[in-house]
Amino acid sequence: MLARRIIPCLDVMNGQVVKGVQFASHEVVGDGVDLARRYRDEGADELVFYDITASPERRRVDAGWVSQVAQELDIPFTVAGGISSIEDAQTILGAGADKVSINSPALANPDLINALVGRFGRQCVVVGIDSYWDGEDWLVKAMTGDPDKTITTPWKTRDWIREVQQRGAGEIVLNCMNEDGRRAGYDIKQLRVMRALCQVPLIASGGAGCAQDFVDVFAKANVDGALAASVFHKEIIPIPALKDVLREHKIEVRP
Amino acid sequence: MALMIADTGCANLASVRFAFARLGVEAKISADPEMLKMADRLVLPGVGAAGAGMAALRAKGMDEMLQVYARPVLGICLGMQLLFKMSTEDNVRCLGLLGGTVEALPDTAGPVPHMGWNTLALRRSDPLLRDVAENSYVYFVHSYGVQPDENTLASTQYGMEFSAIVRRDNIYGCQFHPERSGATGAQILQNFLDVNP
Repeated sequence: MLARRIIPCLDVMNGQVVKGVQFASHEVVGDGVDLARRYRDEGADELVFYDITASPERRRVDAGWVSQVAQELDIPFTVAGGISSIEDAQTILGAGADKVSINSPALANPDLINALVGRFGRQCVVVGIDSYWDGEDWLVKAMTGDPDKTITTPWKTRDWIREVQQRGAGEIVLNCMNEDGRRAGYDIKQLRVMRALCQVPLIASGGAGCAQDFVDVFAKANVDGALAASVFHKEIIPIPALKDVLREHKIEVRP
Repeated sequence: MALMIADTGCANLASVRFAFARLGVEAKISADPEMLKMADRLVLPGVGAAGAGMAALRAKGMDEMLQVYARPVLGICLGMQLLFKMSTEDNVRCLGLLGGTVEALPDTAGPVPHMGWNTLALRRSDPLLRDVAENSYVYFVHSYGVQPDENTLASTQYGMEFSAIVRRDNIYGCQFHPERSGATGAQILQNFLDVNP
């Protein structure tokens, strides 16, 4: 059976993994390759590297650390952040990443999704969506890496999810902003609604605080994978223990 | 060991090369049939669509070279699919080194692409499966598959049962990505290096 995926997300700045306390002040957690190896050994099914150097400053993507990670890692990994052209994606995928994830650049230029899918195939193209409940509906936000630049787009999340699939996206990571960083559980209500609209793999992001949150998001929202950052970095939830809990709840996971 | 990777212009060439480097074997990447035919192990990687994949092979004459290449060749993902007779993706005629048709996976079991870790059901013993356990997890990313037949070494279930590992004589194929399948994938790549041609 297809296993549900546990996906640690690592923020990368200048090739180093950082812990984003505030946008301006990042604390270096460790070398990206070392952390990648640690998560791999603990049983992570996949990793996402979010390059926070790239997007707000419009710097070119750096393939050096991607290549280092690719040489070490024997599980799949995705690179997100700052990829806004075919050339950027070629650089990252050519360096050995398995997928690229695009967010704000896809909103600025939706044709980028089609172009990437046409060139690399849909299995390489993940669309990240930052979704915010404004009291009436879920709306898509852009440029969320920098609070000063964050904008609310004209897109309702449900419409954008349909749109990106029509354009060929191979996977969607839905970051539920209201829950992000609260560690009070994934946004089950929203994820259930979006799951029903999503014919491609859907990855939940934002809100994980304890092992039961992962049980709930798989059992109640039927997502394909669950992404989390701080609970793994701070070792609040060790991945082997998490997988034991999931197995006890009859949720298929890889040993 | 002269290991070569056919440059099909796809994105995962580097990960395949790195996976063999972790096993201590440096692979050369080339699209030149004259170079490729000197390899004693050849890997045919591939991601993307079948039509583009076959076009990339034909553009360099690699399709003709593969028809006569007699030593072990390993197709990975789309590279495996191209070994078959034809693909309903783009309705393209493929290499025909294996009988069978590549068809779309149904979405009855879950979303397509079939993306993630799934289990191998072993069907017969083979040197390629040395030290690979029943129900080992490997990493898949694909939307098309081939129904199992007498060449199937291992199959996987997702909407339909499909061939996960195939072999006929020196023609080998993995529908999943051994270069991204942890210890199990590394074992299969090592076994491929070790097979007696």
